[in-house]
Order: sequence, then C-alpha cells, then structure tokens
Amino acid sequence: MNTIWHLVLNGISSGAVYAALGLSLVIIYRATRVVNFAQPALALISAYLAYATTKATGSYWLGFAVALLAGTLLGVLVERLLIRRVSRRSELSSIIVTLGLLLVLQAVAGMIWSNEPHAFGYAFDFRGRFSATDLFAVSAVLVTAAGVLLLFKFTPLGLRMRAAAFRPEVAKMLGVRVGLMLTAGWGLAALVGSLAGMLAIPPFISPNVLDKVFVFALTAAVLGGLDNPVGTIVGGFALGIGLSCISGLVGPELVPLAALAVLVLVLAVRPSGLFGRTIARRV
Amino acid sequence: MLEIDAVTTTYGAVRALDEVTIGVDEGSITAVLGANGAGKTTLLRTISGLVRPRSGRITAFGRDITRTPTDEIARGGLAHVPEGGGVITELTVEENLRLGALWRRDRADRAAALREVHELFPPLAERGDRAASTLSGGERQMLAIGRALMSRPRLLLLDEPSLGLAPLVTERIMHVLRDLRSRTGLTVVLVEQNARSALSISDRGFVLALGRVVASDDAGTLLADDQLRHAYLGF
Ligand SMILES: Nc1ncnc2c1ncn2[C@@H]1O[C@H](COP(=O)(O)OP(=O)(O)O)[C@@H](O)[C@H]1O
Ligand SMILES: [Mg+2]
Repeated sequence: MNTIWHLVLNGISSGAVYAALGLSLVIIYRATRVVNFAQPALALISAYLAYATTKATGSYWLGFAVALLAGTLLGVLVERLLIRRVSRRSELSSIIVTLGLLLVLQAVAGMIWSNEPHAFGYAFDFRGRFSATDLFAVSAVLVTAAGVLLLFKFTPLGLRMRAAAFRPEVAKMLGVRVGLMLTAGWGLAALVGSLAGMLAIPPFISPNVLDKVFVFALTAAVLGGLDNPVGTIVGGFALGIGLSCISGLVGPELVPLAALAVLVLVLAVRPSGLFGRTIARRV
Repeated sequence: MLEIDAVTTTYGAVRALDEVTIGVDEGSITAVLGANGAGKTTLLRTISGLVRPRSGRITAFGRDITRTPTDEIARGGLAHVPEGGGVITELTVEENLRLGALWRRDRADRAAALREVHELFPPLAERGDRAASTLSGGERQMLAIGRALMSRPRLLLLDEPSLGLAPLVTERIMHVLRDLRSRTGLTVVLVEQNARSALSISDRGFVLALGRVVASDDAGTLLADDQLRHAYLGF
C-alpha cells in the first residue's frame, strides 16, 4: 500500500512535466494543426542558457528567469523566421521544418556545450518522498496551466487567439491580427515548454536529455486530445501516474513500451483523445 | 463611400469578376443580385481583401484599399458578414459578439454596442452563455449581423443573409437593416439571390452575370423591369 502511494506521488511530479510540455504542444497544434517537434529543442536551448547563467552568477533563479524569457523569445523567432515562411505551403512542410529544427538545435547545443552531461541543479531540496522540488514542479505546472486556461477563456487576447485558431479568416474579417496571434501562441507555448524543460532536466543536462520526456508529453497530448488543453493536462498527470506504477510494479524497462502502447491504442481507437469532445469538429 | 473600379478577379482560368465597376453612396443600401456562380461572393471577398484582384482599384472611405490587409480594412470601419454568417461555433454567443468590437478602444462604448445588439436581436441576449453551435439558423444569422454591428461599422457587406432562412426571419432581418440605415446612416451592400426582398429595402441594385455587371439602376426600376427579372432574377 505504501509503495503504491509512493509510486503515485512520484507519478504526479513527473506527470506535471508531461502535462506542461504537452500543453505547449496543444497551444500550437490548436492554432496551426502542427505538432511542434522542435519544442524540446527550444526548451533545451533555454535550459542551457539557464545553465550558463547559473554557472556565471551562482543564482538558480536568475537562470530560471533567463530560461523562460529565452524560451519565449525562441518561440517567437521560430514562428516569425521559419514557420511563417513555410506554413502557407502545407501543414506537412511546417512539421518537417520543426523536425529539422529539432536536429539542428540539438547539434548546435552539442557544439556549444558538448555532448557530455553537465550537472544541472534542482530548484529546491530534492530528497525524500514528494520533496520540495516535486511540490514546486506540481504547483508551478498547475499555476501555469491555470494561467494559460484563464488567459484563453477570460482575456481579450485569449479570445483573439482562440478566434484566430478556430477560424482565421473570420477573425481577420473582425479586425484580429491573425499573424500576430500565431506569434503570440508560439511564444506562449515555448514559455510553457521551457518551464517543463527546467523541471524535467535535473540532475544532468545533455543535448538528448528531453527526448524521452517529449515522447511522454506527446503521448499525454494525444491521450487528452491534441486540441484539448484541459484534457492534455489531465492526460499528463494520468500518464505520469500510470507509468510510475508500471515502472515500480512491473519494471522500469517496460515504461517506453507502455507509453508506445498507449499512443498507438489511442490513435487507433479514439484519435481525438479520451476526452474527445471535438470529434464533431473534425468532420 | 465605396468605389469599385474596373475590378477583375480570377481563380486560375475562371474570371469570377470581369471589369466590374460599382459605386456605393454613403448612407445607401445597394443590392447586388445574380444567379449562383455570378460572382457575388467573390465581389465581397475582393472588397475585404480576402482575395486580391488581378486588376482594378477599390476605394473605401476615400482610401485606396485594393492591397490593404483584411484585418486593417475591418478596423477602418468595414464589416463583412460572409456567406453562412461565419459564426465561430466553438465560442459562446457573447464571445462571438465581443469579438466583433475588440479592436475598438472605447470600453464603455463597446458595452453600449452590446446592449444595442441585444435590443435589436433579443434571442441573442437570452443565449449569451450558450455555445454558438446551439443556435438555430436564423439565430446564427442574427448573431453574425449583430457581431458585425458591434464594431459600429460605416460600411456593412452582407453575403446572402436570407440563405436558408424562413421568410419571416428574412423579413425581420431586412427590417432591421432598413431601420439601421435610417437611424444611423449605415451604408449597406446586400448580396442576395432573393432579389425581390433585397430590392424592396434597397436604393439601388446591380445585377451580375458570369462576373459582369449586366444591369444597374434604381431598385424600383429594376423591380419593375419584367424582362430583366425573367432573364436574371428568376421571379
Ligand atoms: N475558391 C475558388 N476557386 C475556384 N473557383 C471559384 C472559387 N470561388 C468561386 N469560384 C468560381 O467563381 C465563380 C463565382 O463564384 P461566387 O463568387 O461564389 O459566385 P456567387 O456568390 O454569385 O454564387 C464561380 O464560377 C465559382 O465556381
Ligand atoms: Mg455566393
């Protein structure tokens, strides 16, 4: 009984990371029908910048702030400089560009900071069951997710962003600067993604450190519905708990297989996600 | 108010608009009529910058808007209700309405505009929190027009607002348009296949056929012209 409880707690804190990274995918997918495969690389670069800042100044929180800022900026730049140029062709070309960007940015990170892992600090004490760091991860993600949802639901900016995502042409006719809303969406998504990176990366940073987390985040997003932010957040926590239990009760080597099984199963049976209230919109 | 000067718009080899010239006076209601495929929708989409003309010039409010982006044209005071209304079904009724006025700075006036639209179309006031997808066809068209009015436009383009609606609802919408024009001096371009009801509230009418203007006259004259009615207007 005790172990189950322990596994669930563990799962909640890793699930928080999947939820946040998944949410960053959903924000972009909902607006552009593009899965941003470059998201982990954007988070990676911003985490490396945090690493460099913390190393130079000794302040974890300064590094943390730099990561969020740099992440946002990277998202904005990627949309403005790359995605905007290719998105008019097709969604597929945007997806391929994000895949290419993933590889390029990981290589660049390796060139600048080497492929060797560097020690990467936790925000707080990380020892024990549901440590201060775990608590921080879960609350940071919950606060951020709530912030994103409130922004979408209750602010004029959020209303514009949703309109631009659902019906870009109609939004334009109503005076919405649709291009600007897409840029804002990429910035917001990359901000959330960078937060996820900062939480997921410790204790070591290396160019491929987020690969596995990204696969889990994508699974969470597919599970919750790629255009359903709330579903994806729930999906992230559910997946975190589920995988933690599999790891603890069956064996850690089965975790990737279990995630893959969930991914395939959901795509095959309920492609719009477990909470798929958007099925009607797709047809 | 609105000058469309020798505008040609093509889709590949199709000439949807062929040297179309139309003038719209301030404070008037102008009907644009014609059969399916005549080019009416393309005309409105060209005016709002959703498609670019191959040649010709469009002036609105004394400015050349031929190459102006759609959102900027909208913020200049032109509201376009597209075919089918363009209601965003994922949003609530009130969100749709608010969206229409978001670009306007004056908060108090935005609230006033919302009250006016509610008065104009009471069903929208009762259903503010409901998803727009739950509305009936007539309510959706009211929402589309109400949303356009939220921005207090100077020029309103309407693409077949009566399409698929019961005659009584159509009549109500036509009545609202005429009433708005006389109260606020709103200029309206009304695209319709339903020529009789459109002409009944219009000052002038233009008839399109295969992308060309084949007739233009006072609404009353067009209504009385039997030959024209039989050839192009189908009543
Ligand atoms: N997106 C498009 N691509 C190609 N042809 C189009 C497109 N939209 C309209 N057309 C063609 O342009 C002509 C005018 O269409 P339209 O403006 O929709 O007419 P109306 O609104 O009067 O029914 C028709 O021949 C139609 O087939
Ligand atoms: Mg049409």
